[in-house]
Amino acid sequence: MSTQSSMQWFAVRKELRPRSRFFVTVMSFLMPLLLWSLISYVPWLWHPKVDITDPGAVTYFKEGMLVDRELFEKESLVQKEKGEALPQGNPANPIYLPAPHEVAIAFYTAFTTEPKRRTEKWLHESLWDSIQVIFWGFVLSSLIGVPLGILAGTYDFFSRLFEPFIEFFRYLPAPAFGALAVAILGIHEAPKIAIIFIGTFFQQVLVVSNTTRKLDPALLEAAQTLGAKNKSLLFRVVIPGILPDLYRDMRILLGWAWTYLIVAELIGTSSGITWFITQQARYKNFDNVFAAIMIIGIIGLTTDLILAYFGRRLFPWQKQASKA
Amino acid sequence: MKHMLDLPSYLEQDDEVRDRFTRLKQRPVILEVKGLDKEFETPKGKVTALKDINFRTHKREFVCVIGPSGCGKSTLIRILAGLETPSSGQMLLDGKEVHGPGPDRGMVFQGYTLFPWLTVRKNVMFGLQMSGHTREISEQEALQWIDLVGLSKFADSYPHQLSGGMKQRVAIARALANQPRILLMDEPFGALDAQTRAKMQSYLMEIWKNIDITVLFITHDLDEAIYLADRILVLKAHPGEVQELIEVPVPQPRSPDQLLSPEFLATKKRLEELIHPADEGDDISEDHLNMVRMVPVDDEVESVF
Repeated sequence: MSTQSSMQWFAVRKELRPRSRFFVTVMSFLMPLLLWSLISYVPWLWHPKVDITDPGAVTYFKEGMLVDRELFEKESLVQKEKGEALPQGNPANPIYLPAPHEVAIAFYTAFTTEPKRRTEKWLHESLWDSIQVIFWGFVLSSLIGVPLGILAGTYDFFSRLFEPFIEFFRYLPAPAFGALAVAILGIHEAPKIAIIFIGTFFQQVLVVSNTTRKLDPALLEAAQTLGAKNKSLLFRVVIPGILPDLYRDMRILLGWAWTYLIVAELIGTSSGITWFITQQARYKNFDNVFAAIMIIGIIGLTTDLILAYFGRRLFPWQKQASKA
Repeated sequence: MKHMLDLPSYLEQDDEVRDRFTRLKQRPVILEVKGLDKEFETPKGKVTALKDINFRTHKREFVCVIGPSGCGKSTLIRILAGLETPSSGQMLLDGKEVHGPGPDRGMVFQGYTLFPWLTVRKNVMFGLQMSGHTREISEQEALQWIDLVGLSKFADSYPHQLSGGMKQRVAIARALANQPRILLMDEPFGALDAQTRAKMQSYLMEIWKNIDITVLFITHDLDEAIYLADRILVLKAHPGEVQELIEVPVPQPRSPDQLLSPEFLATKKRLEELIHPADEGDDISEDHLNMVRMVPVDDEVESVF
C-alpha cells in the first residue's frame, strides 16, 4: 500500500491525479509562507533582536528600541550584578523582515496611505506608471523584433544579415545603456522604455528566429507541392504554423521584460514601483516594501495566467496540454 | 531456401493482361524521366544516390517504386516533386520539362504533413486557393473531395482529432483537389497499422479507378507494390539504379483474394530475388547473431523447438 501511494506521488514523468496536482500547487505557495510564518511567529527560531518593553536601569535603552540579543544579555548581566532594575523585552526579528500579517495589512494600507509629499504618487499611480513602461517597451520591441525574427528564421539571407550582430549586441547588458539613454532621451519615461526595449529586443529576435526555424520543414514542402510560392509560404504557412509557439515565446519574453523594469526605473528620475520601493525602504516601512515586491509578482503571474488562458482559446488546434 | 510451390514465371501473362499492357503503352506519356543522376556532397566525398534513371509512366497508370533501403527511392520522388534538384538529367511532364515544385505534381508524404492549424476543409482548400480559385469555389470543390474520401463528417475537425488513416485520406484529398497530372506518394501508408493499411490500399484503388490520375507510389512493402501496381520499378542500391521494370501479371481489377494467386506469388518471388539477393557473401554475417546458449542446462524448457 505504501509503495503504491509513493508510486502515485513520485512516478517518473507521470502526471499526478487532478486532486493531488491541485494540492501540490497550493503547497508550492504554502511552503514559503509557512517558513516565513515560522521564523516570524515562533520566538525561539532565529529572532536575533530584542524589542525593549522596559529599559530598566540601562540608560541608553528606550521603549520600542530594537537591540541585538547579545547586547541585551550583556546589559542584563551588568544590571544584575549592580542589583538594579533589569531591562525587559521580547525576542524580535530585524526590521527588514516584517511578519506575514504586517505585510498583509500593508497590502491594504499601501494603497490607502496618502503620499507624504504632494508631488509624490499614490501606489496605484506608481504601479500604473510601471505597467506603462513595460507595455511600451515590450510593444515597441515586439513590433520590430517579431517581424525581424520571422524573416531571419525563414530566409537565410536575413539570418546572416541580422543575427551575427544581434548575437554580439545581446551580450551588452541593457543597464549599461542607462546613461546614454538619459543623454539622448531625457530623464522621464523615454529612457526607461528604451532600457526595456534593449533588454527585450535582441533576445526576442533570436528566440523568434529559432522558433521559426523549428517549424516542420515537411509542412513547407507540402505547401510547395500544393502550389504555394515564396510570399504565400511565408504568410499562409510559416506565420500560422509558428503562432502558438510564438505566443508562448512572447509570454516568456514578457517575464524577462519585467526583470529589466527595476533597473530601468532607476534611470533618470526614479519612478513607478521602484520609486515606491526605494522611498518606503528609506522610511523603513519594510512591510510596504515586501507588499510592493509581491505586487510585482502577482501582476506578472496574473498576466501570464490570463495570457495562457487566451492562448488555449486562440489556438484550438493545439493538442490540449494539461491545464496549469 | 527450397520453393515448395511450383510457380509460373512472373513474365508469363495471360492474354487479357498482355492485351491490357499493350493498350497501356499506347496511352499518352505523362511523366518521362531521362538520364537522371543525383549526387550528394558529403564530408566523406561524393555519394551517388541515383544513377542514370530512365522510365516513363503512361496516363492513368499506377507505378510502384520499390527497392532496398538506400536505393534512393525517396530521393527520386523528391526530385520528381521538385523538392530536390537533380545533378543532371531531365524530367518531362506531358512532354514539357519541369523544374521546382508545382501543383501539377501532387505529393502525399509518409508523415501526413497536414497543416495543423487548418480544419480538414481548409486543408483541402489550401491548394485550390493557392492556384487562384475563389473561396466559394474552393470550398465547394474541397467538400466534394472530402466526400470522396468519406470524411464529410470531419470537415470541420482539426488534424489532431483524426486517426492516422483519416489524416492520410485528407492528405490524398488535398493533393487530388489540385487535379495534378501525377500523384506522387512517398510511402504514404508506412506509418499505419496492417489493417488500416489494407483498407487504405483498397480506398486508393477505388479512387484511382474512378478519376483521371496517374500514380507513382513508393513503398518497401512487396505485397503492397504487387497489389497496387500496373508496373513496378525496382531500384538497386549504391548507386540507385533501375534494376528492372516489372509488368505485374496479376489481372486488374485487383482484389485481396489475388494475394495468393500464382501470378502474385511469382511476382513476389521475383521481387524477393531482386531486393534480397540470396548469397552475397559479406551480407550473410548480419543475418545471424553471434550467440551462445544462455539458458541453464536444467531449465524446464530445454529447447524452444
